[in-house]
Amino acid sequence: MIRHRDSLNHDFHDNDTGRLMGFLAATGRAFLVFLEATGRLAMFTGTALSHCVRPPFYPRQILRQMIDIGFYSLPVVGLTALFTGMVLALQSYSGFSRFQAEGAIATVVALSITRELGPVLGGLMVAGRIGAAMAAEIGTMRVTEQIDALSTLSTNPFKYLIAPRLMAGLAMLPLLVLVADIIGIFGGFLVGVYRLDFNASSYISRTWEFLEPLDVISGLVKAAVFGFLISLMGCYHGYHSKGGAQGVGAATTNAVVSASIMILISNYLITGLFFSTK
Amino acid sequence: MPSRSDTNRTPPSTTPKITLKGVTKHFGPKKVLNGIDLQVGTGESLVVIGGSGTGKSVMLKCILGLLHPDSGSIRVDDAETTKLNPRDREKLQHKFGMLFQGAALFDSLPVWENVAFGLIQGEHMPRAQAKEIAIAKLGAVGLTPDVAELSPSELSGGMQKRVGLARAIADEPEIIFFDEPTTGLDPIMADVINELIVECVKDLGATAVTITHDMASARKIADRVAMIHQGRIIWTGHAKDIDQSGNPYVDQFVNGRADGPIKMQIRAL
Ligand SMILES: Nc1ncnc2c1ncn2[C@@H]1O[C@H](COP(=O)(O)OP(=O)(O)O)[C@@H](O)[C@H]1O
Ligand SMILES: [Mg+2]
Repeated sequence: MIRHRDSLNHDFHDNDTGRLMGFLAATGRAFLVFLEATGRLAMFTGTALSHCVRPPFYPRQILRQMIDIGFYSLPVVGLTALFTGMVLALQSYSGFSRFQAEGAIATVVALSITRELGPVLGGLMVAGRIGAAMAAEIGTMRVTEQIDALSTLSTNPFKYLIAPRLMAGLAMLPLLVLVADIIGIFGGFLVGVYRLDFNASSYISRTWEFLEPLDVISGLVKAAVFGFLISLMGCYHGYHSKGGAQGVGAATTNAVVSASIMILISNYLITGLFFSTK
Repeated sequence: MPSRSDTNRTPPSTTPKITLKGVTKHFGPKKVLNGIDLQVGTGESLVVIGGSGTGKSVMLKCILGLLHPDSGSIRVDDAETTKLNPRDREKLQHKFGMLFQGAALFDSLPVWENVAFGLIQGEHMPRAQAKEIAIAKLGAVGLTPDVAELSPSELSGGMQKRVGLARAIADEPEIIFFDEPTTGLDPIMADVINELIVECVKDLGATAVTITHDMASARKIADRVAMIHQGRIIWTGHAKDIDQSGNPYVDQFVNGRADGPIKMQIRAL
């Protein structure tokens, strides 16, 4: 069948033109699919946001999500921050000693953690933990008709399932990242004092000396955006999953991958907003 | 409240509760509903029979507003429902109860909160009061109060269906849908569920639409039977006429024969 078509094509078109047309058609189709997906996501986001601000609210659901995201992510985010701070101190020591700038280590650790590594690595870890869990839970609810059941019980799934997750993500990530900042800086301190033999009090004063509120604040703003994106991707992919266990698996993967990519891209954009010198 | 006895059902009332006219629905290239015309009288128990994949569940979901039909009209209590805004749709949901094909219990909540869900979230009843009602409803479907604290995943299929039934009737809806209530159950449990359905519908005086391909279930529950085939209602009639329908499709289905006008689609469309 297909071979027959091809040979027909061959008769009517120059081979290259045929290929070009095929390429253009495929590109066009991909672009349309992309536009449709973007539109669908925009609609989803708009609907979800509108339900975040309109009652009824579900305080129990919000609380449950806040505990899930904020409290149970503490170990993994804390561990990430601790070792990141430690390795930062080690790396900058070995690098900076080449031009006798070891004294800058405390500052480098504090700035890198608060501005970049705390929010980004924390966000990526939470994306893996929470984004996946949300997509799997909501996806399973979709394919087992639990979301339909919500509607028949006069409960809007956007209000009951999605709004609480978005609000919790938005609220808890900054808190998590604040804790991560402290633990990360403490990790750098540990390595600096116990391994690299810095004086403890001068390391601490060095940490504070050049750290500005904006460094921390920019990191927390990033965290809020990342938290929102993680919940949004988890909910979006879960909500639109179909086709049983396989569909839920795909939704989970897509949620984590898309949230991670969005974190990296938005991180660059927000950094540009806060710190562009030009 | 119209009461109905098991053996000698009163003829269904003539005022229509639900009216479908020319309802169509497709998914991608696949036409699932091809113009459904159907009427369900107030207080009537209608059973819809038809093969797997003929669009029975899709039809119910269109009535419930979970899916939007491509065209056609769906009226409930003589009011058009296909063009409702989300808020009015939410209000309308109070009239409906639904037992899903797979029970669709919320696995993050204990059994009693599943049953009380519509009361707590939909009607803002205090939790303690809702729990009492939930336990009473569980009793009505033959489950003891100690089941109330279990998680749905700890229950057998038959028990899950009963909990789903209790949830569907908890806020006393005017219209109840049962999607394959006996599929996957042993014949005895199936009969228990059938009895419960008849009883619950009778107690509530509700209008009921039941989907099934279990003829024993259909005979037990139905006032009237409708047969769906290839996205159309091809026959409706009284339950007692089902064996003399004179319709070869219905005959083949009722008697479960492989040869007849209904050709099984072996390959998916
Ligand atoms: N959400 C959906 N998306 C795509 N196809 C669907 C969807 N829901 C149902 N279908 C298709 O519609 C057909 C009828 O489904 P359904 O109404 O569930 O059948 P049944 O009569 O067994 O309940 C099936 O072929 C199914 O694949
Ligand atoms: Mg079905």
